[in-house]
Amino acid sequence: MTALLPRLQVRDLHTRLLQGDSPLPLVRGVSFDLRDEETLALVGESGSGKSLTALSLMRLLARNARWECSGQALLTDGQGQQHDMLKISDEHMRRLRGHQIAMIFQEPMTCLNPVLPVGEQIAESVRLHLGLDARAARAQALRALEQVEMPAARQRLDEYPHQLSGGMRQRVMIAMAMVCEPRVLIADEPTTALDVTIQAQILALMSRLQKDTGMSMLFITHNLGVVAHHAERVAVMYAGQVVEQAGVHELFAKPAHPYTQGLLACLPGRARQLARQSGRAVALQDIPGQAPAMNRLGSGCSFAERCSVSLPACQQQAPPWLGTPAHARLCHLESQP
Amino acid sequence: MAEWRLVLKTLFARRVVLIALVLLALMLLMAAISQWVLPHDPMAMKVSQRLRAPNWSHWSGTDELGRDITSRIFYGARYSLAIGAGTALLAAFFGTLLGLLAGFFKRLDAPLMRCVDAMMAFPDILLGIALVSILGASPTNVVLALTIVYTPRVARVVRASTLVIRELPYVEAARAVGVSTTRLLGVHILPNLMSPILVQLSFIFAYALLAEAGLSFLGVGVGAEIPTWGTMVAASTQYADRAFWTLFFPGMAIVLTALSLQILGDGVRDLLDPRLKGTQ
Amino acid sequence: MSRMSWGTLGRTLLGRLGGMLAVLSLVSVLVFLLTRLAAGDPMAMLLGDQASLADIELARERYGLDQPLLAQFVLWLGEVLKGNLGQSIFLQTPVTQVLLDRAEPTAWLAIFSVSLAMLIGVPCGIASAVWRGRWIDQCVSTLAMLGASMPSFWMGLLVIQLLAVGAGWFPVSGYGEPGAGWLTRLHHLLLPALVLGTLNSALIIRFTRASMLDILGEDYIRTARSKGLTESTVVLKHALRNALVPILTVLGLTLALMIGGAVVTETVFNLPGLGNLVVRAVLRRDYPVIQGALLVIAGIYVIINFTIDVLYVFVDPRVRHG
Repeated sequence: MTALLPRLQVRDLHTRLLQGDSPLPLVRGVSFDLRDEETLALVGESGSGKSLTALSLMRLLARNARWECSGQALLTDGQGQQHDMLKISDEHMRRLRGHQIAMIFQEPMTCLNPVLPVGEQIAESVRLHLGLDARAARAQALRALEQVEMPAARQRLDEYPHQLSGGMRQRVMIAMAMVCEPRVLIADEPTTALDVTIQAQILALMSRLQKDTGMSMLFITHNLGVVAHHAERVAVMYAGQVVEQAGVHELFAKPAHPYTQGLLACLPGRARQLARQSGRAVALQDIPGQAPAMNRLGSGCSFAERCSVSLPACQQQAPPWLGTPAHARLCHLESQP
Repeated sequence: MAEWRLVLKTLFARRVVLIALVLLALMLLMAAISQWVLPHDPMAMKVSQRLRAPNWSHWSGTDELGRDITSRIFYGARYSLAIGAGTALLAAFFGTLLGLLAGFFKRLDAPLMRCVDAMMAFPDILLGIALVSILGASPTNVVLALTIVYTPRVARVVRASTLVIRELPYVEAARAVGVSTTRLLGVHILPNLMSPILVQLSFIFAYALLAEAGLSFLGVGVGAEIPTWGTMVAASTQYADRAFWTLFFPGMAIVLTALSLQILGDGVRDLLDPRLKGTQ
Repeated sequence: MSRMSWGTLGRTLLGRLGGMLAVLSLVSVLVFLLTRLAAGDPMAMLLGDQASLADIELARERYGLDQPLLAQFVLWLGEVLKGNLGQSIFLQTPVTQVLLDRAEPTAWLAIFSVSLAMLIGVPCGIASAVWRGRWIDQCVSTLAMLGASMPSFWMGLLVIQLLAVGAGWFPVSGYGEPGAGWLTRLHHLLLPALVLGTLNSALIIRFTRASMLDILGEDYIRTARSKGLTESTVVLKHALRNALVPILTVLGLTLALMIGGAVVTETVFNLPGLGNLVVRAVLRRDYPVIQGALLVIAGIYVIINFTIDVLYVFVDPRVRHG
């Protein structure tokens, strides 16, 4: 069921940190669409701006610093109405948060309030957004815990975060975020802090929940392996910009941007695959150099210094968008290398 | 160290801290050169001039013996500031020693901290009174007594910081490489304690100043002949109703100095904490 | 309340109790040593100075005053625990009696001052943290620093001059006639409580502000906001609940400061309390009183801290479950 309007439409998002003499641009013109019931993976290394993009959209940027956000972020709610999350009032945004759009974070240990029972932390959302009374809210919280496959859910309602394991805490976070059935869920590296075995469980859970509730998910990660199995479309970020957007299979099969190509080549699995294909041993790849400092970006492509196929124009001019809407890249190179 | 340059730069950026620094510097300066600069001899008694309200000749008025209060304040600054600074430095030294030992050697931790708890079970003034009454009233004894009173405070803070630093990766790394304990403590851990120690120095200076004033007021301080700000306020109690300035100005000196010290301490703390978090 | 593991709870409390007893023992050692340094034999003080030479010789043998230090300490401690704190040299009454007589004004002063300090301090500290950097924060922080820089006796004297001598709204000093009604007592306590309360609120403001700022920067506050909770819910329900532990801590610290502050304030306002008693005793070298008062005051402080430790258990679920 595809509606005409994408559930979340982000256009030209800029986020600048106001410090010292000049503002520091950390998100530089990010645009993407998140369609109904789709998972879009936002992939990039640390410092690429992916978490900041999410926080900017939710208007949850750190309060001990001063920020400047511009652009458009249209959220389509359950009634088909659009809200520009970057322009509406604080009060309006507050009503949307937790109800129409929710977020889960990376560190379940520090993201749950240590002095409140987990059941209460879930139920308060229900009371606030759905207007249920205490008893009904508690029942709803129990249902939410059962949905996230929490063992001994009824007992857990009154327990505190420190009494739960990492995987269980993340389940609580997911339950908290999903209990009001939001249209969009932003998951910021939800499994990075968990053990590998638990990671798989949580990811499977999230996929299942998505199918059951029909929500759209913005999945932020630096782990390409996760992306392959759990996303329909991928946006690759580098130095605050989206440098390539494509369907997941297309991206893995035919990466168009040199950075994406480099990323894929770094995967050990890839090296093994290539070795098998060519019959020779293949060395592990890496991308030489480091991500650029955000306060020393030039006018050209931010990847140019590390790019093995860069042209002279790459250093001077900002790269254009090439390709098709289904598979776009921010690059000067006309033909795919 | 590049860090120090950054510290100084940002320290000067905040106006309030700058004002505090300037005030303190001025106070120190006046204390040092007062004898040659002041128009009146702080010790000179002129009975005909006793208890004069502030006027052009005596900016803060005169006390009950006709001495110029302004001069006495700046002269007394020497004693008050010396006692405060002395206490702060000694308390910082012993406190750091205790705190380092307690924080680093697990077996020393519990016994040392219990002793610290026991010492802190006595309110400052009370312990100060008890100690001074044992040792006798004199500036050195006050410094000694107050050092004993404030050392536990520093020890607690240093211990807490040591516990944190001890667990940091590069300390573990140094240990793994086989660095000797003394070197570990002196070269790796101690430099990182500098910021909390500096902050404590500033605050203890202020507390010691206030404590000495309190002790002198109660009559168990440095002894009435020594012109500290505390003894000046103590002497003014009898005349406060007719000569308000005898009470007001010495007190203001205490307040302004203590305030500047605390602003400085806060400024240094605000500066070094988030910076430390940021650089890691 | 959720199911607590009574076993762990009991063990935690027992641990705290053990700690308290350890500190109390150390406190008694300190007082013993201090008195010894100042005035010679603490045991002799318990016996009183009216005893004749023969009595003292008898006592020497009976109470072992010629025995090693440790034995003397144990004997002295024994007497203390039996409630024998000796006889005041100047007042010729048992020290225990003297202390009890003087306890009331100090107790009331402490209660009023602490209440005032908390009533001013906690809300101001919270407001300061929530609206950090704005004018309310600047004002409150400056006032707090000013409060912490002011000698309590100076403020007391100033306040007496302005409000008691000048305006005549309050009595200049004292506690009222013996047998005066509670209203008179209150009237006499208001100024000293005002002085102590406002000055000590400074510490509470700074502590509360620092704790709230720390807490408001935590990840779980961001999570709370991400759920769309109102700012007042975030601050008052999510943040404040976590601030209860540091606030309890500062309550303990404030009580200690209050006791110390009482010493000076009682002297300034001439209140017949424990603080005033100690100062007079020190000046008159009434050692039995000094010794007894030190023990009692330090002991009370340790017990207060222990109570607060116990309260932590009920406030912080992490402590409860070990």
